[in-house]
Amino acid sequence: MPQRFMIGTRIRERRVLGGIRQADLARRVGISPSYLNLIEHNHRRIGGKTLLRLAEVLDVEPVLLTEGAEASLLAGLREAAGAQSGDEPELDRIEVFARQFPGWAQMLVDLYRRGEALERTIGTLTDRLAHDPLLAASLHEVISAVTAIRATSSILVETEALEPEWQARFHRNINEDSARLTEGAQSLVRYLEAAPNRDAELKSPLDEMHAFLAAQGFHLTALEHDRAGPEDIERLLEQGMQEMAMSRAAQSLTRDVLQRYLADARVLPLPMFLARVRDLGLRPDRIAEATGVGIAQVFRRLASLPESEIGPVGLVICDGSGTLVFRKPLEGFVTPRVAGACPLWPLYQVLAQPQMPLRMRLRQAGRGAEVIEAFAVAAQAVPAAFDRPALMQAHMLLLPDPGAAAGPVRDLGVSCRICPLADCVARRESSIIAEGF
Amino acid sequence: MGKTVLLIEDEPNIIEAVSFILSRDGWEVKTHSNGHDAMQAVRARVPDLIILDVMLPGKSGFDILAEIRNDAQFAETPVLMLTARGQTKDREMAERAGASHYMTKPFANAEVLAAVRALVAP
Repeated sequence: MPQRFMIGTRIRERRVLGGIRQADLARRVGISPSYLNLIEHNHRRIGGKTLLRLAEVLDVEPVLLTEGAEASLLAGLREAAGAQSGDEPELDRIEVFARQFPGWAQMLVDLYRRGEALERTIGTLTDRLAHDPLLAASLHEVISAVTAIRATSSILVETEALEPEWQARFHRNINEDSARLTEGAQSLVRYLEAAPNRDAELKSPLDEMHAFLAAQGFHLTALEHDRAGPEDIERLLEQGMQEMAMSRAAQSLTRDVLQRYLADARVLPLPMFLARVRDLGLRPDRIAEATGVGIAQVFRRLASLPESEIGPVGLVICDGSGTLVFRKPLEGFVTPRVAGACPLWPLYQVLAQPQMPLRMRLRQAGRGAEVIEAFAVAAQAVPAAFDRPALMQAHMLLLPDPGAAAGPVRDLGVSCRICPLADCVARRESSIIAEGF
Repeated sequence: MGKTVLLIEDEPNIIEAVSFILSRDGWEVKTHSNGHDAMQAVRARVPDLIILDVMLPGKSGFDILAEIRNDAQFAETPVLMLTARGQTKDREMAERAGASHYMTKPFANAEVLAAVRALVAP
């Protein structure tokens, strides 16, 4: 049985050793007993906050739950060996190496992990530089101001006997452009000085909207009660404005998303929907059939449930141009901030075949090589009219890997710029990683 | 009357500076500042040379260049492209689209003047 499926067994062993009842542990960790039961029987993969909280309550190091002490070192070495593209190390002697030189082995694993972390940082920074419209606009503003100042000041210096009215005019222009340049340069410095973390990316209205939703865990209790209405949406937006200084453009975007959330919650009320999920499992097609609503709406509703009830669920939505308009992350699957994602994603495949849902296992190259399960469907967001075509949207639901029984794995990337996959038919630009940035 | 240059650029102070330099050199300078109806401006002015910014409101300079080259009357008109981008792919795009010369901002006034003189004999 693969290593990862043993986590639940270890959690159960530790709980029993500690004499803790399953319901008590679930309550202390903040998850439902039925979800903990699924975890302990290795029917759900866990990671992130839930794993850390379980380890904390069970008073063990998280790594001992996930891999065991020596197993952790061996797994790290295997991972490092797997990432090697040149001469392969002697995999058959990996245990001898770890046992005889544990210090060197650990150092190798640490170096590998540091390399991975740096690669991720490069990925984030490259993504920001390549796809950030705000950065592009700021740079354009600065270069335009510099160009105007350079051309104007050259005229002042190089033109002999320049008429006083022209002199005055050009001095005024330089003054105006230097003010623009100052403002543009300060805005660029603020942007570039920020570290490449989640907070630093809060720049575009779309980023602000996602940050607001992430702060609520993508679950909005205020919109879940029977009489929730537009006034609750406005209260939430007011809260966003006060706590996160949300811009007007971000408020408008967020209002649309909250209105859609409210409509989804009215059609699929929380108690009924949770009961369906418990009966049918995380199978959106079956839930859609049982509730009589569209699959995309079930995706959105699943992504709005608290993680403590059904475990981690990710969701990505794109419009017909492929622009990512909604991103709820799932550990193990990385999305670019706006566009330029890997064309092999089923999200894009379904745009070409609306009403034909897809289900498949995916693995993103160049990351932790973690497998996840994806469900994708495309449908009309706005119907056609005589003056415009129908507007399409594609939804992709992301869940932890259900295991090999669910079918083969498709290897794909995040975006070409940071994807190491060689000879990929979908490649549109070279990778900085493959080139050894 | 000197030969006509049509400057399609959206930054007013760049327009003023470039217009000044070219006018003092004997060129008749016409200006236009948005991408939407740039082609109408080209047809109305019938310039001897076009200076075209890449990032314009309404329509990209590359799209305007394609329209210019698709119009038999202007297929041979020299076009000097100006852009804030300096990447190789933009230069290649400009060349493929039929730009006669490509210049990256910020530029020196003497460079613009030299390029214009080289593209059209005054």
